[in-house]
Parts: sequence; C-alpha cells; structure tokens
Amino acid sequence: MNDYLKIKESAARKWEALNNSKVPVIYIGMASCGKAAGSPKVLDQIRETLANNNLKAKIIQVGCIGPCYLEPLMDIRLPGMPRISYANVIPALAGRIVESNLLKNDPMPKLAIGYFGDDPKGYAKGIERFFDLPMLKPQVRIVLRNCGFIDPGEIDHYIANEGYDAIFNAFRLGPEGVINEIEKAGLRGRGGAGFPTYRKWRICRESPGKQKCMICNADEGDPGAFMNRSLIEGDPHAVLEGLLIAAYAIGASIGYIYIRAEYPLAIQRLKKAITQMRKYGFLGKNIHRSGFDFDIRIKEGAGAFVCGEETALIGSIEGKRGMPRSRPPFPAVSGLHGMPTIINNVETLGTLPNILREGATWYTQFGTEGNRGTKTFSLVGKIRRAGLIEVPLGMSLRKIIFDIGGGTVKPFKAVQTGGPSGGCLSEEFLDTPVDYESLGAAGSIMGSGGLIVMDEDTCVVDLARYFLNFTQKESCGKCAPCRIGTRHLVEILERITKGDGVAEDLTKLQTLGETIKRGSLCGLGQTAPNPVLTTLKYFRPEYMMHVKDKHCEAAVCRELIEYRVVPGKCTGCQRCVDVCPTGAITGPRSEIHNLDPKKCIKCRACYEICRFDAIAGDAIIIRSKRGAANE
Amino acid sequence: MGKRGAKKKDISNILSGFRDDEGNLIPILQKIQKKLGFISEDSVRQTARYLRISENQIFGVASFYSQFRFNEPGRNSIKVCLGTACHVQGGQILSEAVERDLGILPGQTTEDMRYDYEQVACLGCCALAPVIQINDDIYSRMTVIRLKETMDKYE
Repeated sequence: MNDYLKIKESAARKWEALNNSKVPVIYIGMASCGKAAGSPKVLDQIRETLANNNLKAKIIQVGCIGPCYLEPLMDIRLPGMPRISYANVIPALAGRIVESNLLKNDPMPKLAIGYFGDDPKGYAKGIERFFDLPMLKPQVRIVLRNCGFIDPGEIDHYIANEGYDAIFNAFRLGPEGVINEIEKAGLRGRGGAGFPTYRKWRICRESPGKQKCMICNADEGDPGAFMNRSLIEGDPHAVLEGLLIAAYAIGASIGYIYIRAEYPLAIQRLKKAITQMRKYGFLGKNIHRSGFDFDIRIKEGAGAFVCGEETALIGSIEGKRGMPRSRPPFPAVSGLHGMPTIINNVETLGTLPNILREGATWYTQFGTEGNRGTKTFSLVGKIRRAGLIEVPLGMSLRKIIFDIGGGTVKPFKAVQTGGPSGGCLSEEFLDTPVDYESLGAAGSIMGSGGLIVMDEDTCVVDLARYFLNFTQKESCGKCAPCRIGTRHLVEILERITKGDGVAEDLTKLQTLGETIKRGSLCGLGQTAPNPVLTTLKYFRPEYMMHVKDKHCEAAVCRELIEYRVVPGKCTGCQRCVDVCPTGAITGPRSEIHNLDPKKCIKCRACYEICRFDAIAGDAIIIRSKRGAANE
Repeated sequence: MGKRGAKKKDISNILSGFRDDEGNLIPILQKIQKKLGFISEDSVRQTARYLRISENQIFGVASFYSQFRFNEPGRNSIKVCLGTACHVQGGQILSEAVERDLGILPGQTTEDMRYDYEQVACLGCCALAPVIQINDDIYSRMTVIRLKETMDKYE
C-alpha cells in the first residue's frame, strides 16, 4: 500500500501540473469518431499555428466526450481560465481559434459551444457551460466520467482521478464482500440480457476449480453501436480496473479481453494501459500484497457477430469456429478449457470501479427499482444530435430522442433499440421508460445500447429486411431454426420489398418468426426475428401497402420507386446528363430533360447533383410509383 | 480467383512464434494475413502441417470469420460501411456504385490490382454516416458523386 501512496502522490502532482499549467492547454478529440471527422488534420494545423507564431502550448489527445455530430472537437484552456470547447473545427478554423485565444485573449464566443469548470474572471462570457447544453444536461456520466477529460494513454491521469482506489476497497471487502456490494448495487449485465452480475459471479466463485477465468467481452458487433469502443478509447483503465475487481471477486487468475480486430485504436490503448498496469504492480503475483494473482491477455476477435454469445466467444478463444453450444453447463461452471469462467461486457466492467469507490448506496440513487444505475447508448440514425450518451435507466425514449438527441429533422417514425436483436418501436412507445422489463414487454430488448432513430424517409420493411439479412449472414449455422428460418425470413422480406409479396406472406413471417424464437439454440436466433415481429405489429399498414398497393411510402424500396424530372423546376443545366452512368437522362441544354425510366438504374447520382449544385435545386425527385400513377 | 496463392511465401518465422497448439490458430491466421495480406492456400498447408490439424479444419475456421480473405489484396482497399446508421443513410447505394465502377463483388480484387473491395458491418463512425474507408482514410457523409471523385484519387 505504501508504494501505492507514492504512485498516487506523483500522479496527483502530474495532474495538478497539467491543471495549473503555465502554458495554454489544447485538447483534441482523437477517438475513432474524431479521427474520421478529420481531427488528425486539425492537430497538424494546431502544431503549425503554434510553430508559426512561436507559441508554446500543451496538446492533450483525449477520447470521445459524446457529441459526435460536433466532431472534430477542439478545446483550449489558457492558464487560470476555463476550458473552452469548439465544435466542427476544420483546420483553417483551428488556426484562427488558437491564434485568437493565445495571442489576443479572445475566446471568440460566437464559435465556442461551451466551457468547462469555473469562470471567475468572466473569460467565457457569452459562452454556455458545456454540461448545460441540451444534449448534455439530462445525462448522468458515471461510466464515461473520464472520457474526454483525461489522456487515455496516461495511467497517472486515471489514478489522479481516484482511479484504482476501488480495487483497494475491494481488497478490504474481500471477494464475498465485493459480490455482496454488487448485489446491493443491483448491477445487471450491460451486454444486453441484463442478468444480475452478482448472481453469475457467485455461481462461478462457488464452482470447484483450481483456476478460474475472467473474460471481458469487447466484441461489440451490433452494427450501429460504438459505446464500448468509445469507453476503451477514452478511459481504458476504468475497464481494466473493473476486470481486476471482477477477477478478484470470482477468484480468477487468468484474464482475457476479447476485442474486435476492427478496433485497432482501442486495442492499442489497451495494450499500452496493460503495460502501465504491470509497471505499477496491478498485474502479476500478489498484487499490492493482497495475495491476489492475475494477468490479462488480449485476444483479437476475427469478426463474427455470434461471438458476442458467451459459449461462442469461448470457442473462438480456443481457436475454433465461434459456434454456441447448449447450456448447461454454463460457463460460470465450465467455460474456457473447462475452467469456471465469467464473461462480462465492457460497460459492466467500467461500472464496477465506480460502485466500489462510491458504494452501492450511492449507485442505487440512479435508475429505478430493479433497474439501477446508468446505461450508455449510441444515439444515431436520422437524429439531429448524434453521439454517445449516458443516462439513468428508466428515462423515457422521448426524453432521450427529443431532449438529448434534438429529435429528427423530418417527422419521427420509429426507433430501433438493441441492434439487430432488438425491436422497432413506433411513436406510441416514446414514453416507455428505458429499462430491461419495459423494452422487453414492448417486444424489443435493451441490448448493448444501440439506438437507431428513423424518420419518415425510412421504410420499416426495408429495415427489417436489412436486419434479417445481417443476422442470417451471421448465423453460425449450427441449429436449423436459425440457419434455415432466418434465410426464409429474408427471402419473404425481399419478395415484399420488390413488390412481389402476397397477403399470406405476413402470416408466414409471423409464424416463422415465432418458431425461430422458440426453437433456436442461442440468443442470436432467439432474438433475430424481433425486428420483423415488432415492425409487423406496429407498422402493419406499411407492410400492407407494400403487399397490396406495391407502394413504398418512404420511397426506399428500389423496385417500388422511380426517379422523375420535375418539368417546372428543371433548367436544363445538363449536370445530371453528365453524371448519369446509363445515359437515361437526355435533353439539349436549356431544355427540360427527359429521364427514361427503362434505362434508369436508380443510382441516385442525378438526384444528388441536382441538389448539390443547386442550379435547378430539386428538379429530380424520388418517389413511389403509385404516387406517379395517381398524378 | 486465378491469381491467388500463386506466389509461395515462407511463413515459418510466423509459425515458430507460436506453440503448436490449436488454440493459436486464429492468432496465426491473423499474423499471416497481416504479412501476406490474405490467407493463401500455401499458407494454410504450412499451418496445417505445423499444428497437425487438417487443412479443412483451418478453412472451416478461417471462412467462419469475416476478417479473413482468400484473394490477394489490391494496391488500395475500399470498404463500404453497411452498418445500420449507414444503411438508413444510403450505404447500399454507395456499395452498388463501387461495384458498378470497379466491376467486382465484395471480397474480390480488380484485374489490374488497383482496388480490392469489401462491405463491412460497422466502422464505428455512425454519427458521420454514410462512411467509406479507402486504405486508412475514412470519408464521412459520402455521396455517389463524391465517391467517384474520391476513388479516382487513388492509383
């Protein structure tokens, strides 16, 4: 413990030095989302501007703070001043903002979106507090508390923010005490199913076995979800400390992190963090004289959605095809190489240090009875403010989508929770509290936290086809209901979206979907029909329209739509003629163009260029064929 | 498919870095792919001999996971994201445009080796959908028109 006090003191000094820095500090979001939005170029520009003006500043690369739609994000803190945040910073703008702050002491309030900390000198006048922004205010950041604030490559930053305090509390409580504390906190698995964490742990702790194994499931496979990636990229030590706590509680000496190979930055951050842990004595034999031995290995997943399922994941670590097996025995009794094994999701682990640091009673103030704590979501789709959020369980979908997400541009139509295994909920469910039971009752699931918002331009039949196509491809093929059943669902849905559906298809979808749910071996098959069953239930008229009228209201289903030139708006600029790959659009300059529907392959090039160049504006439209017939 | 595995490359230095334990199969395949860019038939043969398991078993495992490819990659790699967020923002239309432009299907490489092409489930930049990736560069809020211009930049 004494060595640790020294480590802690030096970490605190380092953190203090950063906070009381005599030179300005520039923070830049360098998580995957920031990088995709162009933050590396912004970083280059910042360095260039500093060099050109002979200015000194510390640059800290931080993780994702949440509002991905504002990326690239850059923050500046002058000595003694609050940290001011700037959004959608293109390189040229970054240079100007840096110069203005550092040379003229002008924070350019019009360009700033918020500030952090206190502002006694009124430097941030005219700028709102970042956490008072509509997207941030309703959120409760527990798991994400460090994301965007600490340098994820610095273990000292984590330690200075009470990091690794929780593991010492765990050592004091003893393994049983830790399990009791987690039971009191009411924490449920954040990977999707919501099984009480303590119960799984207790089974494993009580299972006989010389060696036990603790696995972190970071195989975030839901298309449209990136919460786990952001957490690892922004605060890797929180997850690793959680892994340590869990391993201590169940008595595991072997640890694995199973992470998608598609997350290179997260893997890199973890590797670095594990090296730092080892240096500080948090891995190896007799960790900080607790008598607890533990080590962690990283296993890169090779890309299979089904490996999110526990037994499939274990198979994959053993070097086999990731195919689930029937249970019991549950992994907690017999898992990896026959060892009692616990698999917890990244977010579950990231929550643990917070509970053990602040106590179970503190944690239970968030959320509702039976659904304690917070949950992170990736809020994406047709939404104004897309990004990573964390909210207390029990918050309504309406509050999440409209207050935090700012709603949709076009009228709201549906929200998909739980990714491909979840359901598609219509407007009448907007007041549903987001908790495991309420979402389940609506025919959906909590899932790992993908929230995909759709407006009236989204066709739910097409969406159901999309999800089923995904699960069908990802089905491991072991059991017939899932392998053959999902295939049939896709075929029927394809028929419907092509306008070849018949009324009986809807009944077939229903019975087949229910059969797959009942008959499948693992969670993939048992939930795969959810998108079909929920859309059938809540959007039946839309299916009927496709089947009976061969009409896709959202103008999405390829065979049911057509592209047309609006004579009153076409100026004959010929831009669309140039981009059309099949020569479907013809017409001399300055005359209304002609679009031959027989040649048109609906590639959207003309539609885009018409808006893009705005000579004619929206002279080309995409619409349902039925709409055309009615004209 | 004709060209695949044409060049034999020695992978014994990769294999010798692992114990001959079946549990190492996936990490071995990952290393092979990192070095060769794909899993060649010859590398499967060598791995099978080393781990004392059948080639079929290796193909069974390798083809199960989407990460592994069996065609030699091109000079540039284009990935079109078909995650949910990208799908609702028109990712499918982008992938069709790539297929039309290059004349190949997902998992294939163009004759001139300029591009290989894959569809991926999610690049994790959902807030910036639809996205495509060429080599290490991610392009966000992509359109059919900009796609062609962007692809033309890579030789």
